[in-house]
Amino acid sequence: MTATTERPIIAEFVDVHRHYVMGKANVVRALNGVSMKVRKGDYLAIMGRSGSGKSTMLNILGGLDRPTIGEYRVGGRDVSKLDDDALSDVRGREIGFIFQSFNLIPQLTVLENLEVPLFYQGRVGPESRKKAEHLADRVGLGKRLDHKPMELSGGQQQRVAIARALMNDPLFLLADEATGNLDSNTEREILDLFDDLRKDGVTIVIVTHNPRVAERADSTLWLKDGQVETLVDNRAVAATGGQP
Amino acid sequence: MRIVRLGLKSLLLHKLRSSLTTAGILFGVASVIAMLAVGEGASKETLQQYRDMGVTNVLIRSKKPEETQQSANASSMWSVLGYGLLYQEADRVQNLLPQGLVVRSREFQRGVVHGEHWASTMIIGTEPPFLEVTNMQVREGRWLTELDMQRQSNCVVLGESLARQLFPLEDPVGQTVLIGVEDRFEVVGVLEYQGRAASPNGTTLDECAFIPLTSSRRRFGDTIRNPSTNRWENIELHEIKVKMPGPEWVESAAGVVDLMLKPAHGNKKDTEITVPLELLRKEERAERMFSLVLAVIASISLLVGGIGIMNVMLATVTERTREIGIRRALGAKKKHIVQQFLVEAGVMATLGGLVGVGFGMLVPLGIEEYFEQPTDVQPQHVLMAFGISALVGVVFGLYPAWRAANMDPVEALRHE
Ligand SMILES: Nc1ncnc2c1ncn2[C@@H]1O[C@H](COP(=O)(O)OP(=O)(O)OP(=O)(O)O)[C@@H](O)[C@H]1O
Ligand SMILES: [Mg+2]
Repeated sequence: MTATTERPIIAEFVDVHRHYVMGKANVVRALNGVSMKVRKGDYLAIMGRSGSGKSTMLNILGGLDRPTIGEYRVGGRDVSKLDDDALSDVRGREIGFIFQSFNLIPQLTVLENLEVPLFYQGRVGPESRKKAEHLADRVGLGKRLDHKPMELSGGQQQRVAIARALMNDPLFLLADEATGNLDSNTEREILDLFDDLRKDGVTIVIVTHNPRVAERADSTLWLKDGQVETLVDNRAVAATGGQP
Repeated sequence: MRIVRLGLKSLLLHKLRSSLTTAGILFGVASVIAMLAVGEGASKETLQQYRDMGVTNVLIRSKKPEETQQSANASSMWSVLGYGLLYQEADRVQNLLPQGLVVRSREFQRGVVHGEHWASTMIIGTEPPFLEVTNMQVREGRWLTELDMQRQSNCVVLGESLARQLFPLEDPVGQTVLIGVEDRFEVVGVLEYQGRAASPNGTTLDECAFIPLTSSRRRFGDTIRNPSTNRWENIELHEIKVKMPGPEWVESAAGVVDLMLKPAHGNKKDTEITVPLELLRKEERAERMFSLVLAVIASISLLVGGIGIMNVMLATVTERTREIGIRRALGAKKKHIVQQFLVEAGVMATLGGLVGVGFGMLVPLGIEEYFEQPTDVQPQHVLMAFGISALVGVVFGLYPAWRAANMDPVEALRHE
């Protein structure tokens, strides 16, 4: 495998702060100067204690929120000052969201759910249908296109959600406790699917509490009080077979 | 198209709620159309009636004066009650209004007999210009002429219905009818069917028989027994019609006539001036008022429908907060969210509007059938009602849609 430094940076935090102003004198510094890089092909886990700023970081990574101070670059472009429409476009084109509670739209079929991201870019048509079929096949649900989410198991729903996240060929997948609602067997299946995707060059960033999930990633970024505590290379850990 | 289909799909999630809301609009639209159709139908008939009376005409009619207690006591069964317009007054009207075409007429009720066919009807003694002033046409034979007037000839022109009644099989022209007990009249013509509403004396022109005024005076005189009061009444003329050259003349003409008649008839109140044009204008004004009131009622019912839509849409938006968050995360812009919810509101309103239009057009049919009340569904009213319903959907859907679009995506995603 090529050296990390040679792979292009696709997402980058440059001294990012996110402050919540709670009344006059009370400012919560949910993120307090975070710098980090995600390179193409990375498989990164973000961990930390409750309240350490994981969700805040994920929201900014996903373009759902903006830094109070600092820059967030996606594909080399600073998106921290973009207006709502432009930021929506960034989400729609560059990012693939996977949520803890699957978040499929209940009244739509699997196929329709898969087409939602392309719909907002005006790209729904025979092409998108073919792509949806292909991705559904890929996650093993090629025969369920006309089913409603309610008719699928949790693991199947999450597979649909993963397929949906891939529909727009995003720069990276952003998963928030993607296996938090699943039993350990299904969890393993989903993590295996992530491994497969990775082999195809998909970049994955996951936020999790679960060490079993985090250890499947290449590296783990530990947050503490809104700052980066450490960045651990899991393969090095695995190689030494011990604590960092 | 896809958006509408998806909108419909979301609405079907709550079938009852959506259909109740749609029904609100439906009834609003239906009632607007039905009300306007009934109003329009009612006034259309009246308007036509006034137009038939002639918008360039001034009509002066004799009218039985209201009997005071004193006059009732003073007059016995045998005394003659004299009132109304005089020949001499007709001449003065013509002198005062040289531009006008003056037509005099005398009316009385008589039996008309031909063989075994008999009808009791209104006989109108009148002059040749009557045809022009009332805007009627002769279907067969001829109308009364000046020569008939001079000769006081016993000729009669029959209204269409009367002709059919007396001559169900034969051609009436050239035949003889008996008017009253002994007077034989030759039928010289039959009029076209008019189909107009009843004239002021309660008989339609189609049922009348027309004879020369001079013959009428000679044969039947000015004094007749009123069959309802059984009293003798002396009336020279029942009506003087004046046709003016144009509608702009009628108002002043009516004023002149009124001034002229005042000294003789002002106190007795035994004459009445009717200006069809004024009646027409009044009715038109009344109709506009009526339409305005209907429009207000309509707006209120549609407003209620609109509030229903807003209510449901606000509930929908709250319920689907999470969906909004998901869509935003997947790249939906604010405008997409606005569009989505506006379409849903619009679909409900338009659907309600469409079905409402259907109902609104059926109801007048029913009213015509069962109440024999004329109605008139005007296409522009249908379009208007439908347009307003769609507009209501958009206007009342706007705020909920705006609320949906302006939710913070992070908050929306966290929503249970
Ligand atoms: N909308 C908000 N308003 C005010 N404070 C907030 C808001 N969101 C987060 N915070 C605060 O920011 C800090 C970081 O919160 P965050 O949700 O990022 O933590 P987390 O690491 O995701 O925790 P958990 O593991 O419990 O989900 C916390 O102190 C939290 O109270
Ligand atoms: Mg969190």
